[in-house]
Amino acid sequence: MPRHGYIAAPILGALWLLIVATTIAVAMSFATGQAFRPAVGFSLVWGAALGLALVFWQGSKSAAALAALALFGSALTPVGPMIFGPDVAGATWAFSAAALAVVLVVSLRQILAGLRFGAVNRHEFEEAAIRFLTGFGYIFFTAIVLIPFYVMVMTSLKSQQALLQNPLDFGLDLSRGWGLLRSYYELFADFNFGRYLWTSFFVSVLTVIITLLFSIPGAYAVARLRFRGRAAIGRSILLIYMVPMIVLALPIYIAFSMTGLRNSITGLVMIYPVTTIPVALYMLQGYFRGLPAEVEEAGLMDGLSRLAVIWKITLPLSLPALASVSLYVFMIAWNEFLLAFMLLDDPSKFTLTRGIASLNSSEIPRQHLMAGAVIATVPIMALFLGLERFMTKGLTAGSVKG
Amino acid sequence: MAPEPPKGTGPLQKREARLAWGLLFPTLFSVALVVILPLLAIFWISVKPVGLADLRATAPIVRETLRGRGQDLQIEYRLRNSSQTDPIKGVTLTDVIPPQFTLGPVAQPCVLTGRKLACDFGDIEGGFRTRLRIPVTISGDPAIAEDAMAQSPPTITGTADNILTNFSFTFENFARVFDSSEFYSVLGVTIFYSVFGTIGALVMGLFAAMLLNKSFRGQGILRGLYLFPYVAPVIAVAFTWVTLFDPFSGSANALLIQMGVSAGPINFFGERPLALIMVTVFEIWRYFPLSFLFILARMQSIDTDMYEAADMDGASPFQKFWYLSLPQLLGILSVLFLLRFIWTFNKFDDIFLLTGGNAGTRTLTVNVYEQAFAVSNIGAGAAVAVVIFFCLLLFSFLFFRFISREEGL
Repeated sequence: MPRHGYIAAPILGALWLLIVATTIAVAMSFATGQAFRPAVGFSLVWGAALGLALVFWQGSKSAAALAALALFGSALTPVGPMIFGPDVAGATWAFSAAALAVVLVVSLRQILAGLRFGAVNRHEFEEAAIRFLTGFGYIFFTAIVLIPFYVMVMTSLKSQQALLQNPLDFGLDLSRGWGLLRSYYELFADFNFGRYLWTSFFVSVLTVIITLLFSIPGAYAVARLRFRGRAAIGRSILLIYMVPMIVLALPIYIAFSMTGLRNSITGLVMIYPVTTIPVALYMLQGYFRGLPAEVEEAGLMDGLSRLAVIWKITLPLSLPALASVSLYVFMIAWNEFLLAFMLLDDPSKFTLTRGIASLNSSEIPRQHLMAGAVIATVPIMALFLGLERFMTKGLTAGSVKG
Repeated sequence: MAPEPPKGTGPLQKREARLAWGLLFPTLFSVALVVILPLLAIFWISVKPVGLADLRATAPIVRETLRGRGQDLQIEYRLRNSSQTDPIKGVTLTDVIPPQFTLGPVAQPCVLTGRKLACDFGDIEGGFRTRLRIPVTISGDPAIAEDAMAQSPPTITGTADNILTNFSFTFENFARVFDSSEFYSVLGVTIFYSVFGTIGALVMGLFAAMLLNKSFRGQGILRGLYLFPYVAPVIAVAFTWVTLFDPFSGSANALLIQMGVSAGPINFFGERPLALIMVTVFEIWRYFPLSFLFILARMQSIDTDMYEAADMDGASPFQKFWYLSLPQLLGILSVLFLLRFIWTFNKFDDIFLLTGGNAGTRTLTVNVYEQAFAVSNIGAGAAVAVVIFFCLLLFSFLFFRFISREEGL
């Protein structure tokens, strides 16, 4: 039975030290490009010992300080929880050992907080396990989300030789000064990215406007007015969600080839809103349904027409929903790749995503591609972080489209 | 006799219905144009022998030039069929001759009436080309005359059989799709990708939602952060993954080698079973935020009274999760499963950008593109699209049959 402090604590301690050592090794490797790695066996042994010690002297601050010191000392020897490559400088070595010791002892004390050395009940045991899993979850999710974006930004700032020499070294050579941004400069100067940025922005904004113009009346009709076929329409909107874009893209490609709309922004602006109208209509009708009908009825009684009611009462009341929908539609249009890729061949008419796709060739260095990716990601991220509240609401308001 | 309530639809009701259809009209019209029409077109194309080259319609082409020098001048019409194989019926050429020109004798098949030259070539074969020279004399400045000639270009008409609109049908596309040994491996890959991609994203989303289902400082920041993979443009993150896992200059390989996990570089997106696993992992990574968001929203709406009652009864944390939270979440989980399954099944961009459908990662949707554009057989691509469509019809049927009642989605 693990339900004794002297069994549970060493197990949790061993696993936790392994996790922390791996995390610090990966973080240090990515930051400096030098060799760090966790020593699995020694990590488990040291972790078990520390777990046992911390739970034996539960709550004692001096015991914790002593444990941290012991771990720091061990990390400087060959039998510590981390192995350092020969190229690691003394200061970096000491820094990572200290970070390991402090982070581990502080977090392990919290994980083991409710445990006793002897028998523990189910609650105490499970709570410790949950604290362990929570800690692991935070590290895991933050790492998997951050690492790709970190790599994206840092690669765009590096030079080709530096990249090939040590792919792990993301340290920045600050002496290059503005030279760090060379990839960006070249993208804007030689690859026309300023124009692509503008095209993408223009197409996205136009898509938002057209989508709203079409979906607001439709959503209102589905949400408020009574007519035969209302339920059927509500359902077919969802069905349209499920038609894959590639199935539609093929006939659209054929039709556009024959009518000469291929390679034109007009063609793109004609297609994009239609892919977003069903989503927008679905989100908006859900919101309209939630508004009190009495206010609108009062408006009708006072002699407003239906359209005036929509304009003067419903829309001002649903501004937050309109913001969510606009953001969401903007995001879809901004990120759209498939149609832009299939319909645009002329480099002067590329959207940003199409422009980045054209950078994916062996002749163009990687850091240009990554700089392009950063240019496409930053505006949508900024918009998203600034209006995160609307975004989360908009995403959960019935739109699961991905 | 008591007065009866009115039956049928009254004028007010009719007006309301008319208004509703009026408001819905723009949406319905545009959706019909861009969704329904292409769907019908896909069915039509899937039974036709269409290649990429057939998209340029067969037509007669003519070029007019003035040849010779001095007084020995000729107007030359060069005529050809744009297609090497398809005939064109009833080809006629007409041209208005400017007044500066005086034509010499006009040979068959042309007739000159007044200033109007008309030539009837009848039906021409594929690959047909001919030259027609008519001697001519010019009065006045030759430069002006030449300009005048350029001002009146000849018009040419003729009807060619368009493969897209004629009535020749074939089942070869479907036969080709189903006969190829590849088809079943493509189907298998699609199912693997959809099932594991969906389940993985749901489990990860559930885990992430449990992490953030308590309030602490920085919760908002973490929630925003965890949505990044979903919000960023697919092309940006896909290329980042390709860069990260590159066998030669990728950081992931460098890290694995340095940590002693692998002896040499691993070609993550180029080896056979690994590439499929990697695209599935990418799918999970990119879409866990979505499940996370929905599950979190549902979690926060669960009544806390229940948990208090469970605490009174001495339920442990795992018991509370297993017997209280999970049953409450089952509705949203099943809805998410079906919707995500359908959309993962439909996904094209991700795999296309990561591997281009190579190394055993070709799903049905990538196959549409592959057949239509790489093999240049639009008909076969459309046939694959029809197969996808019927799969989806089945899924949507299941969706409405079993799920939509649960969450009112």
